[in-house]
Amino acid sequence: MNPLLEITNLSAAVDGKPILKGLNLTVCAGEVHAIMGPNGSGKSTLAAVLAGRPGYEVAGGEVLFDGANLIDMKPEDRARQGLFLAFQYPVEIPGVNSTYFLKAALNEVRKARGLPELDAMEFLDLVRARMDVLHLDQSLLNRPVNEGFSGGEKKRNEIFQMAVLEPRLAILDETDSGLDIDALKIVAEGVNKLHRSDNAQVVITHYQRLLNYIIPDYVHVLHDGRIVRSGGKELAYELEERGYDWVTDHVKSERPELAAA
Amino acid sequence: MNTTLDPIENLVQSDYKYGFVTEVETDSVPPGLNEDTIRLISAKKHEPDFMLEWRLRAYRHWLTMTEPKWANVHYNPIDYQSIVYYSAPKRNANGPKSLEEVDPKLLETYERLGIPLHERAKLAGVAVDAVFDSVSVATTFKEKLGEMGVLFCSFSDAVLNHPDLVKKYLGSVVPYTDNFFATLNSAVFSDGSFCYIPKGVRCPMELSTYFRINAANTGQFERTLIIAEEGAYVSYLEGCTAPMRDENQLHAAVVELLALDRAQIKYSTVQNWYPGDAEGRGGIYNFVTKRGLCKGRHSKISWTQVETGSAITWKYPSCVLLGDNSVGEFYSVAVTNNRQQADTGTKMIHIGKNTSSTIVSKGISAGHGQNSYRGMVKVQKSAAQARNFSQCDSLLLGDKCGAHTFPYLEVKNPTARVEHEATTSKIGEDQIFYCNQRGLATQDAVNMIVNGYCKEVFKQLPMEFAVEAQKLLGVSLDGSVG
Repeated sequence: MNPLLEITNLSAAVDGKPILKGLNLTVCAGEVHAIMGPNGSGKSTLAAVLAGRPGYEVAGGEVLFDGANLIDMKPEDRARQGLFLAFQYPVEIPGVNSTYFLKAALNEVRKARGLPELDAMEFLDLVRARMDVLHLDQSLLNRPVNEGFSGGEKKRNEIFQMAVLEPRLAILDETDSGLDIDALKIVAEGVNKLHRSDNAQVVITHYQRLLNYIIPDYVHVLHDGRIVRSGGKELAYELEERGYDWVTDHVKSERPELAAA
Repeated sequence: MNTTLDPIENLVQSDYKYGFVTEVETDSVPPGLNEDTIRLISAKKHEPDFMLEWRLRAYRHWLTMTEPKWANVHYNPIDYQSIVYYSAPKRNANGPKSLEEVDPKLLETYERLGIPLHERAKLAGVAVDAVFDSVSVATTFKEKLGEMGVLFCSFSDAVLNHPDLVKKYLGSVVPYTDNFFATLNSAVFSDGSFCYIPKGVRCPMELSTYFRINAANTGQFERTLIIAEEGAYVSYLEGCTAPMRDENQLHAAVVELLALDRAQIKYSTVQNWYPGDAEGRGGIYNFVTKRGLCKGRHSKISWTQVETGSAITWKYPSCVLLGDNSVGEFYSVAVTNNRQQADTGTKMIHIGKNTSSTIVSKGISAGHGQNSYRGMVKVQKSAAQARNFSQCDSLLLGDKCGAHTFPYLEVKNPTARVEHEATTSKIGEDQIFYCNQRGLATQDAVNMIVNGYCKEVFKQLPMEFAVEAQKLLGVSLDGSVG
């Protein structure tokens, strides 16, 4: 099967400072990947580069999304092609009604897929069905995008948007940060329900606890801009027990040239 | 990546769609201003003596005045002797009797501007007075409104046909001595709209005036007077456009509103005068005096303005809250792009007891635009329990523009409650990126964010105008984002 996402030797910089230094990752449809790593290892940079955030310069390497060169695509085109980023810090857009925003977004995605645009009634039917999945309060839809939402509401709203837009590849950037255990369970449950054989999820997290609820097929450890260890879900437990120093010390002893970088 | 172009940089290119010129024969007076000019204008309009005398008193007063310099705007001195003070499309002696007699070229002009003057056309719920340079060329639905006693006609018609009303109310809210530009207007005003809503009548349709400047080197000086008798209600809209020209043109208007007991006047403006080009050449100087007097108890006057055009805007639609329990409102969106400058706001003068006022001002600056909010809330000693709430927000697109706020407060009654909130924010790259990441193109994202920011004001506009205003905002900030 062709991989959905294929990252080869990717390097990227922010303000001229190299952050990603030759990263390789392959994600196929139907898979859930967890990317873990200490602060500053490049996790959020990876998410930003994949989504095309301005200010992140790709210095080398290649990213193929369903066989197409992702780096050449504008952020909105990546989104229309089915790449979704659940933001670590979702942005407030005052005065813009959530329903209006999401309908405009969905219709852009549908246009790109050659599907007819939904009218207001059809859209509302779809939205109501998806809301139940996330135990989201309907009134959130009548409020401006993320404005005055609590931290938990914002994160749930991200997953809700994901449920409506049905991306082929969802990247969850530290979606667990700032959530209490109940909110975490709800978000994880939503993510699990949205998982299908024809889509994939990349879950970026600092802590192992999210992986108690979202079971990954693969776990990768990111350190200093590279993936230094990959394994099954057991790797997450091992990390939890032994800490990131275990991996990074290991790297230093195995590959001293990296430690100097 | 090809997203390195700064999307905000690209938004400073705007496309003015109303910049065409209509070729019509005109009847103009030579440039320059003296008492003879005023006598000539008055004669052309066959005005009664009281009108000419009023104009001359204003002119003589104007000669003693100097142009105000306190506004936060900059422009070269205006040569008042080089302006043409009267220009009208030629027509037969008594003017068109009906719409069928209006010059087809003029009808076509308004058609192109999206203001069809046929009464059966799609704007069926809106009566229009169309002012072309110095004169009103057509007023629709006059008869239908007349059946209810509503008078809606050009100001010239009102002077000839309803001189008692004009005599009684002209200058009663904005006296001819008021300020430099209002006084100039009082001397030379050429036309405008007149509305009179009798006691207890709720005006059945929106009344509107569409102002068009066409001739070169011509100033437009129009006057609008709206009187709402006890318990009357009227919603009035005005729109304005002008051709693209390299020189600046002066537009100095006066609007007077008068609301008696329990009367309500809702006055909405979508101002889209030619703003000048990207380098600041040309454009209209929009120096306007607008004031409403809530004379009666429980009366209400509400101003809503969307100011996207003009090289310079200088206007402060105000409310004098004289009647007890009267209410004044001011909702404003002002956009300055390229080299545009705006100094706009309001004055709320509380005199009666339990009077209340609301001010919501949304400034948007892009390009090198400079946007100032200037507002005064004055609570006089007599105004027990007066309340005011003001909110002034500024949004910056890019880093070459400016936003300024000048709030003045004068409270002389200790029972008054006055609140003021102000914010300044930059349109966030992170907001745009968030929208991009959900599939929205940058231009759509900016429009959505700016419209969201203006929502509180737009929802005050009548439906058709709200849609128009949203589109206009899109055009004003439209760029070459691709």
